[in-house]
Amino acid sequence: MPRARTAAILAALLAALLAGCGGDSDQSPADPDAPTGEAGITVYSGRIPPEIGPLIDLYEQRIGRDIEVRFGETAALAAQIVEEGENTPADVFFAQDAGALGAIQDQGRFERLPAATLERVPSRFRSTEGEWVGTSGRARVIAYGEDVNSDELPESVFGLTGEEWRGRVGWAPLNGSFQAFITAMRLTEGDDVARDFVEGMLANDVQPYENNIAIRDAIAAGEIDAGLINHYYVAQAKAEDPDYPVEIYFPPGDLGSMVNVAGAGVIAGSDQPQGAEAFVEFLLSREAQQFFSSSTGEYPLVDGIRADPSLVPLGEIPQPKIDLSEIDDLEGTLELLRSSGAL
Amino acid sequence: MVAAAAVLPAAYLVIVCADDLVATMETILRARTLAMALRSIGLAVAVTATAIAIAVPVAFLTTRTTLPGARAWATLLSLPVVIPSYVGAYTYVAALGPSGMLQGILEPLGIERLPAIYGFGGAWLVLSLFTYPLVLITVRSAIVRLDPQLEEAALVASRSRREVFRTITLPQLKPAIGAGGLLVALYVLSDFGAVSLLRFQSFTREIYISFQSSFDRGETAALGLVLVALTLALVALYAGTRRQGSHYRSSPGAVRPLRPVPLGPWKWPAIGGCTLLAALALGLPLGVLLHWASKGIGDAVDWGAVGTAAWHSLLAGGLAAALAAAAAISISVLVVRHPSPVSRLLERAGYAGYALPGIVVALALVFFGTRIALPLYQTLAMLVIALAIHFLPLAIAAISAALMQVPPRLEEAARTLGRGSLASFMTVTGPLAATGVAAGAALVLLNAVKELPATLLLAPAEFETLATQVWTETTFGFYEGAAIPALALVLLAAPPLYLLSGEGAHE
Repeated sequence: MPRARTAAILAALLAALLAGCGGDSDQSPADPDAPTGEAGITVYSGRIPPEIGPLIDLYEQRIGRDIEVRFGETAALAAQIVEEGENTPADVFFAQDAGALGAIQDQGRFERLPAATLERVPSRFRSTEGEWVGTSGRARVIAYGEDVNSDELPESVFGLTGEEWRGRVGWAPLNGSFQAFITAMRLTEGDDVARDFVEGMLANDVQPYENNIAIRDAIAAGEIDAGLINHYYVAQAKAEDPDYPVEIYFPPGDLGSMVNVAGAGVIAGSDQPQGAEAFVEFLLSREAQQFFSSSTGEYPLVDGIRADPSLVPLGEIPQPKIDLSEIDDLEGTLELLRSSGAL
Repeated sequence: MVAAAAVLPAAYLVIVCADDLVATMETILRARTLAMALRSIGLAVAVTATAIAIAVPVAFLTTRTTLPGARAWATLLSLPVVIPSYVGAYTYVAALGPSGMLQGILEPLGIERLPAIYGFGGAWLVLSLFTYPLVLITVRSAIVRLDPQLEEAALVASRSRREVFRTITLPQLKPAIGAGGLLVALYVLSDFGAVSLLRFQSFTREIYISFQSSFDRGETAALGLVLVALTLALVALYAGTRRQGSHYRSSPGAVRPLRPVPLGPWKWPAIGGCTLLAALALGLPLGVLLHWASKGIGDAVDWGAVGTAAWHSLLAGGLAAALAAAAAISISVLVVRHPSPVSRLLERAGYAGYALPGIVVALALVFFGTRIALPLYQTLAMLVIALAIHFLPLAIAAISAALMQVPPRLEEAARTLGRGSLASFMTVTGPLAATGVAAGAALVLLNAVKELPATLLLAPAEFETLATQVWTETTFGFYEGAAIPALALVLLAAPPLYLLSGEGAHE
């Protein structure tokens, strides 16, 4: 009998679930048909709730109604917006890195932003076409652990190919910020220098990790001594644990610690362009910029808002003249990383 | 209809590739594409062989022997199926990485580094440990349906148990072993999270690079098509295991339980083996998760949010399981009872949904969802359909293996007696294949609750599941927070697996 009983129980469970679904699916199709004046805007966000949740809450309070936020991985959301085409429910794309913003711009899926919004941010941190704007900055730094004396640290990342760093350094070749860094290196120092660097690192037994956080944690665990990451991940860990055993270093030489951005744009054909623009505008407001500075430890990009005083000021970090969202430049970087065996 | 929906992911790839055939061919013919495909095939072969070698003995121990606590063992040893492989890989790296927890324990002995777990070896180990339950579940449900009379007759004819197993039992189980093995191989091909954490360069990683870094949908789709081709080849291979001979019982009637084989002196080695397996596949990951959870429990855990997420996971997963089981029954009937080149091709192409990385399946459904089903887009219904399509092969594999064990003569007899084909299915075939249907539905449920990419893209906005909670927390590097929803996933999976393992377990 056990078989019949199991089948019966499973059937009952499924029936219960189906009944539960009936209620839900009755309501859900109503959402897309709701009058546009009533529904809030929809934001596709590559930045996750622990990073921007409080900011979203603040905005909802401010405008007195809910907005809909779909969280996901930045690249996946960018691909989704492209596949959705004109039927996309998204009004705003809030991305973790400029490459994804460039992909949307490339497909002609962004609306131009108002000049007043764009001009709040220095031109190197926004789209040259005026289609997206940087909302916060992150510097590429060398993070290091307790076994490293600060006087051991090199003038620039090129020093990490030295014998004394053999097997002690981590990087994340799949990471968008890392790839942007290599792109900047190619454009400012030349393809050959960039190739020598990548091949030198590989020859020096650089350890590949999944992402910035994995590098940071590996340094904390003592698996490696240093790594190339975005600066604010360490601040986030220190917020949880003030004794977190990782520090950051802004190499002053050569390429320096290039600054990358998170940013946002308004999706073409949005049925609520004003609402969408207002949200992007809000991300550049004093509260939002201060939030990025104090809560996620990033650089605010709007003039007059102070960054964390322990960071090297934004103005003092040399910034290569590159368009952060230029996809064609990225192709060359991927080719370099693939052919050298880094990817 | 159903089969047409199942081939949507493959159809999407063809549509995208058709945009630029030259670039597609260039991508497919790159030396790197071939090299990565070979690496992935190598890993898939190794993991599949290992999973079968682990799962088949466990399936027998827990159905046909006097192993104490057989049902509990069957449940425990099936549970790793619900641990997302990237979470499993995380826990393995945390525990056995060069300076992981084990190294911490061994440090007083002067051990400062452990040999790296990274590369082929690590990927092989971790994927084997988290996929063998796919074989275990399909094979257990098949053993339960075996006709004991054949084996008894052979035993009476004074053949040894070993000989009976080799000549009678094993051949009848071939379709189920083949089906389970196929699922493992396809899973390995599709997996990105585990191989990536364990630093094994695989074909799927190649797909992620093209999609994540160059935002090149054409290249992504071209690589996806290569995976579809690999899938078709694997499915053809599997079809070979079920072509030879018939696998159904010769006599009708309820399955009588066979007298269990006394383990005798083998009892302790059997228990030892099961314990070791449980420790590696379940104990280690759960131990690491519990360790993280205990660190995180000091912070306020939002139990309400975890509860809601668990309900969402169960709701979407349960509905997807029901839908996939219903669809799989109709496809399996078509393929097993009315084989034709068309039905066969549809079934095989449907398997692609499981071999493709989740993100590719999700994007295919985004593409079709916004074009032909806009009112459903990003509703629960859409998510359920997407999950059902993604995991349909799990249900087909289990259910068609079960149908093959039901003699068609019985159905024919029912129809001769005046029943319609639906009625004869419901009263004759259905009940006889019930364990297969239950196993298929359970496999879909257990995979759906841990699914991530399609859930993120297609669920109603702010519809959190346990898997999305794990993702949010690990993306943020907060493993303490990820541990609780990950543990909840395992708890959620236990009851259905316990019900399923009741089949044929001797208490």
